[in-house]
Amino acid sequence: MSEAVKQKQPAPTTSVEVPSRLPRPTVGQLLRTDLGFVPVLLTLLVIAAYFALTTDGLFLTPRNLSNLVLQITQIGVLALGSTLVLLLGEIDLSVAAVSTLCSVVMGVLTERQGVSAGWAILAALVTGALTGLINGLLVAFIRIPSFIVTLAASIGYSGLLLYLLAGQSTLIIHDTFIVSLANNYLPDALGIGLPTLALLLYIGFVVFNYMRRKRAGLRTQPLPRLLLQIVTVAVIVEGAVALFESYLGVPQSVIFLTGLILLCWLLLTKTPFGRYVYAVGGNAEAARRAGINVPLIRVAVFTMCSTLAAIGGVLAASRGLAVASQIDPTLLLDSIAAAVIGGVSLFGGKGSVWTLILGALIIGSLENGLDLKSQGTDVKEMVEGVVLVIAVAADALIRRAQARRGR
Amino acid sequence: MADSSISTPTAPSRPGQTGVAEPRLRLTGISKAFGAVQALSNVDFEVYAGEVVGLVGDNGAGKSTLVKIISGVEQADSGEIFLEGTPVKITGPSAATRLGIETVYQDLALCDNLDVVANLFLGHEELDIWPVLSEVSMEREALRVLSVLDVKIPSVRVPVSLLSGGQRQSIAVAKTILRQARVVLLDEPTAALGVAQTRQVLNLIKRLREQGLAVVVISHNLADVFEVVDRVIVLRLGRRVATFDVKSTTPERVVAAITGAEFGAEVDANGSNGGGSQS
Repeated sequence: MSEAVKQKQPAPTTSVEVPSRLPRPTVGQLLRTDLGFVPVLLTLLVIAAYFALTTDGLFLTPRNLSNLVLQITQIGVLALGSTLVLLLGEIDLSVAAVSTLCSVVMGVLTERQGVSAGWAILAALVTGALTGLINGLLVAFIRIPSFIVTLAASIGYSGLLLYLLAGQSTLIIHDTFIVSLANNYLPDALGIGLPTLALLLYIGFVVFNYMRRKRAGLRTQPLPRLLLQIVTVAVIVEGAVALFESYLGVPQSVIFLTGLILLCWLLLTKTPFGRYVYAVGGNAEAARRAGINVPLIRVAVFTMCSTLAAIGGVLAASRGLAVASQIDPTLLLDSIAAAVIGGVSLFGGKGSVWTLILGALIIGSLENGLDLKSQGTDVKEMVEGVVLVIAVAADALIRRAQARRGR
Repeated sequence: MADSSISTPTAPSRPGQTGVAEPRLRLTGISKAFGAVQALSNVDFEVYAGEVVGLVGDNGAGKSTLVKIISGVEQADSGEIFLEGTPVKITGPSAATRLGIETVYQDLALCDNLDVVANLFLGHEELDIWPVLSEVSMEREALRVLSVLDVKIPSVRVPVSLLSGGQRQSIAVAKTILRQARVVLLDEPTAALGVAQTRQVLNLIKRLREQGLAVVVISHNLADVFEVVDRVIVLRLGRRVATFDVKSTTPERVVAAITGAEFGAEVDANGSNGGGSQS
């Protein structure tokens, strides 16, 4: 009998974890961790319900929702870059200028120099990477505050793109490949197949991980919770696919956006690099003492952010069929706001990349819904300003609630 | 995993028998000046495997400077350092780490936003296949080390910001063990801790000794020092003025040595009972 008892306790290590000692998490802590997306989701639902009621259901038609998602692609990709930088506890104010500059580089190369689309896009991405590298070097090695460096970069690049366009205010893109990037819909087989494949891989990974932890004698999350997690993800993915399929299909740019988010999520949560990003954002001095090359991480993240901005610029040029000398005045703040509304802390080290979709959807919904109601820019910008303040205030309040709780 | 240094405790050599054994770490004739200020003059220091040494002294006595020299933050002007009898040069913090000398500073250097496992392995992550983190094996190893140190925490997957001060201190110490430390320096480990948490940390220090490590505790709190250390080394005005075996002395005499108030020279003669101040 004592044998049986012994076998039931595979590792002496289990005695380390005493769950009863965990203070019951406060609502504030829950909102900061596992359930951080709930208030954002509720806000989104309230906004959607409001517009659905006031536009006679026009807002919730598959066609409008499909368009809405296309409208937020550029904001989403830029918000992804901003998220990476915010995780470090830094900020990049040059994303909108870099994004536009890179689209101009691509446009000028294809339309005026006759360069093929592939090379032009590559040149745009390299331009983005270079601008990010410069930002990163200035921040990491000369230790200039990032908002000054990137503000200066933003001003400089808006001048540079005017110079490149040489007086032309709008350059129409004719290249069919570039135009197809953001305006194509995937054929049904791919449109349904790709997300479903990703979903199956995800489920396989979750189950594999569960079995592995169980076998190693580590604590696993309760099965019902695991199932709930899988079902939630499955419903979101297949629900989105069904929505798109009931209009024209899954837009290619949605695959780009979710693919990039997926890549960044894997990088941030599964690799040492991602861990170092969070570590530098949490406590740069501790990261340095742990032997992490903090300047290298900073340079890499700024480079990634600007490269993502370049991708966003290419997609925006493709969707708009043109590149323009005018930088969209709300693009910068919208993309940072999407990240912050999505729960990324402005103070560094906290946040996830998936929730930025919710942030981008909220901003996109406001814009789209107010357009449907034929409101002008005046109302739109005032409403967006208020929503952003509310989001940042919520972030600060939750933070304070947690700090009061103490250690 | 099983052959790491902590699971194979070496027989602790008590200070009593130290006439024979070579100290784990020995410094001789260490001097250090900052401009006109002589921070340390001709100081000897030694700590044995399986021994806890308390390093005490008033502010400005040179404790911090000595610790900085051992941990590689500062270099001595003169003097020699021996690790297991072999002369070594500690040219910087990373050199100290390579030699197995780990320092836990008061600020602990933890990332509050990361969980316990992530903090323990920060900068030394294990991988499944490049570049994928091996969370399962890191978590197992973390649990093993924490159980060796008899640390109790809610879960190794909570952010360290949710842990108590004592638990955070334990995590910082466990980090040094994971890196195969041979000498551990603890800077004011019980400062700013409550009664129960202080107890936890003292228990932790005893565990380190049981693992055969050489432990140096820098502390102002003589009650804690007497609870846990084997020998007390007293610095005053940059000189080593006394060495006590805690079993045969009283806090009052140590205080006297720290302040130099009463019978400084006599304490020196009585206190250094052959423990290691032989040249």
